[in-house]
Amino acid sequence: MPSRKLSRRGLLAAAAGLPVAPAAIRGGEPWREGAADAPTAASGRSYSFFTAPEAAFIEAAVARLIPKDELGPGALEVGVVTFIDRQLAGEFGRGARWYMQGPWGAGEKTQGYQTRLTPAGVYRAAIGAIDAAVAHEGKAGSFARLALADQDDLLHRLEKGQLQLAGVDGVTFFDMLLQNTLEGFWSDPIYGGNRDMAGWKLIGFPGARYDQTPFVGQHGKPYPLPPVGLKGRPAWNRS
Amino acid sequence: MATRLPNVDVLVVGFGWTGAIVAQELTEAGLNVLALERGTWRDTPIDFAPTFDQDELRYYWRHELFEPLAHETLTIRNDASQTALPMRRLGSFLPGINVGGAGVHWNGQIWRFLPSDFVARTHNVSRYGKAAVPDDMTIQDWGVTYQELEPHYDTFEYICGASGKAGNLKGQIQAGGNPFEGPRSREYPNPPMAMSYPPTLFAGAATQLGHKPFPHPAANMSRPYTNPLGVQLGACTYCGFCEKFGCGNYSKSSAQTTILPVLMRKPNFTLKTESEVVKLNLDSTGKRVVSATYVDASGQEFEQPADLVVLCAYILHNVRLLLLSGIGKPYDPQTGQGVIGKNYAYQITSSVNVFFDDKILNPFIGAGAHGMILDEWNGDNFDHSGKGFIGGGYVGVVQTGARPIETHPTPEGTPKWGSGFKQAVAKYYLRAMSIATHGAVMSHRGNYLDLDPTYRDVYGRPLLRMTFDFTDNEHRMSDYITDRAAEVARAMNPASIKVNYRKGSWDVVPYQTTHNTGGAMMGSDPKSSAVNRYLQSWDVPNLFIMGSSAFPQNPGYNPTGTVAALAYWSAQAIRETYLKAPGPLVQA
Repeated sequence: MPSRKLSRRGLLAAAAGLPVAPAAIRGGEPWREGAADAPTAASGRSYSFFTAPEAAFIEAAVARLIPKDELGPGALEVGVVTFIDRQLAGEFGRGARWYMQGPWGAGEKTQGYQTRLTPAGVYRAAIGAIDAAVAHEGKAGSFARLALADQDDLLHRLEKGQLQLAGVDGVTFFDMLLQNTLEGFWSDPIYGGNRDMAGWKLIGFPGARYDQTPFVGQHGKPYPLPPVGLKGRPAWNRS
Repeated sequence: MATRLPNVDVLVVGFGWTGAIVAQELTEAGLNVLALERGTWRDTPIDFAPTFDQDELRYYWRHELFEPLAHETLTIRNDASQTALPMRRLGSFLPGINVGGAGVHWNGQIWRFLPSDFVARTHNVSRYGKAAVPDDMTIQDWGVTYQELEPHYDTFEYICGASGKAGNLKGQIQAGGNPFEGPRSREYPNPPMAMSYPPTLFAGAATQLGHKPFPHPAANMSRPYTNPLGVQLGACTYCGFCEKFGCGNYSKSSAQTTILPVLMRKPNFTLKTESEVVKLNLDSTGKRVVSATYVDASGQEFEQPADLVVLCAYILHNVRLLLLSGIGKPYDPQTGQGVIGKNYAYQITSSVNVFFDDKILNPFIGAGAHGMILDEWNGDNFDHSGKGFIGGGYVGVVQTGARPIETHPTPEGTPKWGSGFKQAVAKYYLRAMSIATHGAVMSHRGNYLDLDPTYRDVYGRPLLRMTFDFTDNEHRMSDYITDRAAEVARAMNPASIKVNYRKGSWDVVPYQTTHNTGGAMMGSDPKSSAVNRYLQSWDVPNLFIMGSSAFPQNPGYNPTGTVAALAYWSAQAIRETYLKAPGPLVQA
């Protein structure tokens, strides 16, 4: 029987207040009930991280990065802002897995991410700085109120490093925003974006399918099945 | 103050592929083996159940199977004139965490190196003259030959149930296999995987050009299989979540799916998880390791004595543990003296995107090592005279699946966002494929590993510092094989292609490959190697060091097959020779 046995020595050590060596795994593979599972689905549409002005900025920006057009809904319509909000409110936003100790230096481009800011911190600082710059220019009070062509122009300048922001690198923010937008558009709907699997339907990706064996050899033929997510697909819910 | 624990015969540090192999082989010899793994237990059908495993965000982009850098990272720089800064988030390479190590999220690309790869210096000098190997290119022969490793490659391929087609059986070239490979003693245990459309198109065009495409050797199951230990694997379903993911379908070989079901039941084997070895302790002579200090999840320190210690961590951790424990002479790039940290190498990759208007490719159908390959430009399979470089790499279409956040190629000139981007992705996602090149990196005097002077891990110990850049040799070679890939791409008559050369300095940001090598290299002379041909430390004979840290330079194939073959080779030497008379297996 697989077991995690505490030895007699371990019990004695524990009784004496001494450190107990980590439980040994011996005699078979352990079974840990409930140790692994699908992530909890994002729920609700109110924001956990974004303030109202921040949400207005992100809603406007993602709608330019992947717009709604004749092909179908864009990033805004499929819930990318909810996705990014939940990501920033969670482990990703805190940079929980990243090495965040100092000292900090700008470094070379080839040395990658080097700011002290967490992803959540990058968003907060950059959105505030961009809206302040827009307000200062006097055309509109904030990025979200700019004409669409002016929004595009600002995003292009941000992308190319032509917009200097106080306290945060604009290119770092743009790259992160674009990446997170693609993630929200194409990740499983369980994370709040890609609603109705619209991102997958747009391109023909069938999602979390288990068995493609029947289709490996069907060269050049259209794939016949609709997409599924980790929580199934809409048709399964219909009576 | 560390609590001292009772002695064990063998202490294995790190429990991935090599830890499982060594523990399996040495428990068979009757020894009591304890493995210490800093991560947690995991088993594939539970932790990667097919009901939730197909999750691109969680596993790839949020790094759930990879090392959390908050705990420990390394610092990086391209050359010694720069100040190394920490790799704060993962990018270029993705070391694994927890039981099974990176062998859980690997692709299953199970290669052998070429016979000439093991004698890289001798071979290139004898064929092309001394000038072919410049003074600052510090390549070496391995001290072990392909012929010696062949039975151990074979063992690993049968443990894994590798799917493939032999190209060379005992010297006889076989149609349909890799005609350049070294002789095999027998056929692969399983036939090649079924081929989807993109590799088939590639192979057709390559054949028209006179090349000899063959199926990628795969530790993904082409059919149900029972390995020599009696462990069963199931047929792969080509779900396309293999590379960078676990497999809960028993269809990708890993320690969990090939060895652990047998090893874990043995009464003379014990595993302790969440137990991180922070130092190896030597006796007063400095020639014998007596114990390892490890820290558990609560921060308690323990001292574990052992007669024999086998380092089985990832290459970067093997090298760092040696440096932190004062074992072996650290490499000094100024003088060229010392060996620990010397000859760190990597691999160089590039690709060619191929776009069709008239073909539906369904690129999401795939598996980690499912594809067709050309080996014409690997190693010394072609004449390098006048080319200005040595080494090479394979070229091929490995259809691992096309998870859309990672894979949404667009033709040259497409904007990166906006309506134009959306339209191009919608048009080409099903109609694009990619030819990859996978090239060698020769070792170089200026590429090395040492301890960082500034940055620390959670225990306050110095981080490892990596100083690395691609040299002219690598760029010339990679450009050359990328041009060959582009020729095949054009022969496929596509609507357009996009050639992605690897330009400039090594960049930590984009993912390239988790094939880091060197730093504790094997060889025949203690002045120029850290371990002898049996992976035994020259300085501390009761210490063996597994893994790609032993590679003197990095050939143009995926390393796991050779890492495993070396582990079996080393374990055999321990069983058959070392145990009878513990001491140096090679006299310095």
